[in-house]
Amino acid sequence: MQGQRRAMEPARLFLGLLCASAALAASSLHQRPPQPESLLEEQEPELGESPFGSLWPLPRSLRILPGQLRLAPARFQLVHGPNSTAGPGCALLQDAFRRYYEYIFGYSKWQNQGQRTLPAGTELLQLQVIIGSKDSECDNYPNIMSNEAYQLSVTEPVAVLRAEKVWGALRGLETFSQLVYEDDYGSFLINESEITDYPRFAHRGILLDTSRHFLPLKSILTNLDAMAFNKFNVLHWHIVDDHSFPYQSATFPALSGKGSYSYDHIYTPTDVRLVIDYARLRGIRVIPEFDSPGHTQSWGKGQKDLLTPCFNGEHRSGSYGPVNPILNTTYHFMTDLFKEISGVFPDAYIHLGGDEVDFTCWKSNPDVTEFMKQQGFGIDYAKLESYYIQKILDIVSSANKGYIVWQEVFDKGVKIKPDTIVEVWIGSLYTAELSRVTGAGFTTILAAPWYLDYISYGQDWKKYYSVEPLNFPGCEKQKKLVIGGEACLWGEFVDATNLTPRLWPRASAVGERLWSSENVTNIQDAYNRLVKHRCRMLRRGIAAEPLYVGYCDHEYRGQ
Amino acid sequence: MPEAGIAEEWSQPELPGRLPGEDTRPWEPLCTELLVSVSTPHCDGFPDMDSVESYKLSTSEDLSLLSSESVWGALRGLETFSQLIWRDEDGTLYLNKTDIVDFPRFAHRGLLLDTSRHYLPLRAILETLDVMAYNKFNVFHWHIVDDPSFPYESAAFPELSRKGAYNPATHVYTLNDVKLVIEYARLRGIRVISEFDTPGHTLSWGPGAPGLLTPCYAGSIPSGAYGPVNPILNTTYQFMTELFREVSTVFPDFYLHLGGDEVDFTCWRSNPEIQAFMQRMGFGQDYTKLESFYIQRLLNIISSYGKGYVVWQEVFDNGVKVKPDTIIHVWRENSGPYQQEVARVTKAGYRALLSAPWYLNRISYGQDWQVAYQVEPLEFEGSLEQKALVIGGEACMWGEFVDVTNLTPRLWPRAGAIAERLWSNETVRDLQDAYIRLADFRCTLLRRGIPAQPLFTGYCDAEYSGF
Repeated sequence: MQGQRRAMEPARLFLGLLCASAALAASSLHQRPPQPESLLEEQEPELGESPFGSLWPLPRSLRILPGQLRLAPARFQLVHGPNSTAGPGCALLQDAFRRYYEYIFGYSKWQNQGQRTLPAGTELLQLQVIIGSKDSECDNYPNIMSNEAYQLSVTEPVAVLRAEKVWGALRGLETFSQLVYEDDYGSFLINESEITDYPRFAHRGILLDTSRHFLPLKSILTNLDAMAFNKFNVLHWHIVDDHSFPYQSATFPALSGKGSYSYDHIYTPTDVRLVIDYARLRGIRVIPEFDSPGHTQSWGKGQKDLLTPCFNGEHRSGSYGPVNPILNTTYHFMTDLFKEISGVFPDAYIHLGGDEVDFTCWKSNPDVTEFMKQQGFGIDYAKLESYYIQKILDIVSSANKGYIVWQEVFDKGVKIKPDTIVEVWIGSLYTAELSRVTGAGFTTILAAPWYLDYISYGQDWKKYYSVEPLNFPGCEKQKKLVIGGEACLWGEFVDATNLTPRLWPRASAVGERLWSSENVTNIQDAYNRLVKHRCRMLRRGIAAEPLYVGYCDHEYRGQ
Repeated sequence: MPEAGIAEEWSQPELPGRLPGEDTRPWEPLCTELLVSVSTPHCDGFPDMDSVESYKLSTSEDLSLLSSESVWGALRGLETFSQLIWRDEDGTLYLNKTDIVDFPRFAHRGLLLDTSRHYLPLRAILETLDVMAYNKFNVFHWHIVDDPSFPYESAAFPELSRKGAYNPATHVYTLNDVKLVIEYARLRGIRVISEFDTPGHTLSWGPGAPGLLTPCYAGSIPSGAYGPVNPILNTTYQFMTELFREVSTVFPDFYLHLGGDEVDFTCWRSNPEIQAFMQRMGFGQDYTKLESFYIQRLLNIISSYGKGYVVWQEVFDNGVKVKPDTIIHVWRENSGPYQQEVARVTKAGYRALLSAPWYLNRISYGQDWQVAYQVEPLEFEGSLEQKALVIGGEACMWGEFVDVTNLTPRLWPRAGAIAERLWSNETVRDLQDAYIRLADFRCTLLRRGIPAQPLFTGYCDAEYSGF
C-alpha cells in the first residue's frame, strides 16, 4: 500500500480554507471508541477523523462550530422558509424534502424512542429552505448555466438553507444531510455550522454505456441517486454503439427492433422519460450520445443503406463500415432521427461522438472513392469525415441544440462551430490536448484521466483524486474554457451485476475534484471522509465497494 | 462448467418436448424421470479428502440414469444434469441424448474467503457455497480471523470476538452460524477447512487474550505495540491447546489450516525476554528457529486431537519439522516461480496445494480469467510420484478490497476458470471453447440469481435483476 503512515495534523493542512474554527471542533465530531493500538499497527492507510466529518465533496467554505444540536425525528421538519419563492407547489422540493428526511432518519429505530423533551436551546427544529430568485426554476430542467450555489446556516432553533434556485437547494440539502450524525445512544446530532458552497466546475458528469451491456432501468436510477449524493450533475448516456441499439425510436422503430440485443433489452420512450425526470428531480442533466459516423454497427441492422458497404477488390465483402457519408438518404435519416432526439431529450446539448472513425472501409468502396474525387478531397479521408460531421452539426443546430464531440473531431481538423464542446478522452498527453483545444478557443470537458472501467489492484481512487484538471500549459482565458469533467464507465466488462461497486466510491474521487476548491488535495483527509461517505452510501442502498480493510456500522443489505 | 469428462457421446438432438402452439405432440415427453442410483449411500457423513465424486450419467428416451458410488458423486452428476438442459426461444426445455462418465482430476478444489479484513454476512457465504457447487468446487477454505478482526465467536474464549471483532454484536459468527455454514456446505459436498493463522496475522487476537501477543520494545521499554504470538510462554500453549480443542470439535473436517505465513521477526527481536530465551535455547540469531519451535509445538497440539493440517509454504521453507502427511499450501509469487516451490515441496515428499497463480483479489483490466485458466498445476520439474502429490488448488479472494458489495461479481465467473482447471482433463484448454461455455454458464448463474459479472460485451436472455 502506498498510504501515508501517519495521519497528518488536519489543522495544518487546511489553512488555505476558511476553516480555522472547524479544525478546533474536530475532536467533538463523530466520536468513536478508540481502537486498540495493536489493531491499527500494520494497517495502511490509517483511518482517522477528519475535522470535516463525513462531508463529501467538501464545501467551498465552511465553519463547523463546537456547539451540538439535537434533531428529534418526530419533530424535525424540512420546510419552505418565509419569503421563499418556492412553496409547497414546488414538487421538486417537496420530493427532495421527503427524500432527505428519509436519508437523515429513515434507517434507525428511532420510532421506538419516546417523545423526550430536550433541554431548551439544544434542539434543531427545522431546516428552512429559502429560494431567493423570483424564478425558482422549480419546473425547469437543469442546464449548463444552472446556479447550484447555496448557503447553509445551522443555528438553534432553526437552520436556514438559502439558494437562488432549486438546484442550489438540492445541493444544500445533500450537504445538510451529511452534517447530521448519530451518537452512540442513537441520538441525531448536528454541529452549528456556516457553509457557503458552489461548484468549481459547471459540468460534472458520469458516462454510462448501455450498448456494450444493457443496463436495466433500475441500475440507471440507482446510479442517479448515487450521483446526487456526490453532487454530480450530468448523466452522459452513451446509449447506443456498435454492439446494440437499445434506444427505441418512434420514427425508426426498426433500429432497436433489429439492433438491440433482444426485445427485453430496450429503452422505451417511457423509460427514457423516466430517467430524464428522475434525473431532473436530482438536479442532473441527461445528455444522450448518438455516436456517428463510427461506432454504428448496430444501426445498420435496422436501417438499410445507412452504413458504408465495404469492398473486397471489386466485390462487396458483406461487412459494413461507418455511416455512408455520400448519400442524401443518410442525411434525411439523420435529420429525422435528430429531430426526434432533440424532442425527447430536453437538454440543450447532444453528444455526437465522432471518435475512432476507421477509414479502411470508406477507402475500399468505389462509390466513396468517386465521391472523394468529385469533391476534390484527394485521398484525405479526414476531409470526408469533416464533410459528414459538418452536415450533422448543421442538422443538430437547426434543431436548436448545442453539441459535444470527442476530441478526434477537433484533432482531425474537422471544421466545427466555435460553440462546440470538445471532450478530451485519449489518456496519453491529455494535458497537451487541453492546451491545444482551449488554445483554439473551444470549450472542453476532461475525461481522459477518469476512465473508471480500467481497473487495477489497490486504491486507484487516489489516482483519480490527484488529477488537477487545470494543470496544463495555457493562459487564464484557456483555463476558463475547461467547464468540467466526466468519469467514464465503459461497458465492455460492466453490467448490472458489477456496475455499482465498480463505480462507487471511485467516482466520488472525481466528484470532489470537480466540485471542491483546487486546494482540497489532502489524500489522508479525503480518505477519512470518503470511508464515512461510503458507509453512508451503503445505508442509502448503494452497494459502494470498500476503499480498504475495515467495516461500516451498517453493512450493505441489498434493497 | 467445468466440462464433463470422458466418453461424452452426443447424438443428434432428440426433442422430447412439446412444440409451441401445437396441441398434438409429435413426441411424448418421455424423459420424465431421472433415476439416481448410489451404490454405497452414506448419506449423513461429511465429505473428506477421499470422497469419491465420480458418476455416470446417461439420458435417453426411456431412461435417464445417474449412477455413482457415493452421494458426493450423485451431487456432481445432478449439477451436470442440470447443465445439460437447455431451452428454446419459447421456453420449452430440452435434453439431448447424452452419455457421460465423469470424475475430478484433483481431489482438493478449494476457494478461500477472508472474513477478517471485511466481515462477510452469512448470506454472502451461503451464496458462495451455492455457486461453488455449481462449479464443482469441494473445499471452502474459511480464512476466518486475521489481523484486522476476529469475528469467530469462541465458546472457550468469548473475549476474542468481544474485543477483536469489528462489532461484537453484528460482525461475528456465532456457533450456530458456523454450524449452518458447515451443514450447508456438506449438503453440497463441500468441506469446510477453517484457518486460524498463527503466530503472525494475529493482531486482532490480542485485545481478547492478554499476554498472548509479544510486546514490542522501543529500546528498553515496551512500545505499546504488539507483534506475533509470544512463543516463549507456557500460557501461550495452554491457550492454543484450549482454543484448538474447541476448533477441532466445531469443524468436523480432518484438516485444519494453521497458517504460518509472513511472520515478521522485528518485534521478537526487540523483546529482551525473547532474546534471552533464544540464547537459552541456543537459537543464536536465527529467528526461524524460534518460529519452528512455536509451530512444532502447535502441530503437536493439533496432532493430539487426531487432526491433520495444512500450512502456508513458509513453514516448509523455514525448515519446520512437520508430519509427513502435512499439506503445504503454495502461495508466493515473487519468491521465484511457484513451479519451483511445488517441485521442492513434492520432492521432500509433502503434498502440495496450489494457490500462487490464483489470487483472484488481484484484479486487472480485461479477461484475466484466461490467465487463471491456462495454468497447468503439474507443469513443474518432477517425477510422476511428485506430480501425484499435488492434491489440487485453491482460488483465493483476500479481503483487503472486497466485502459483500463486490464479492460475488468479483469472484464469479472468474473462479469458474480455476474450477475447470482442477476438475477437467489436462487436455481441456481450448480458450475459445471455454469462452463460449463460460459465457453461457455465466448466464445460467444469472438465472440462478447470482450476480456473476460479464466476461465481455454481450447479453443474457435473463439479466440479473436481484438488486
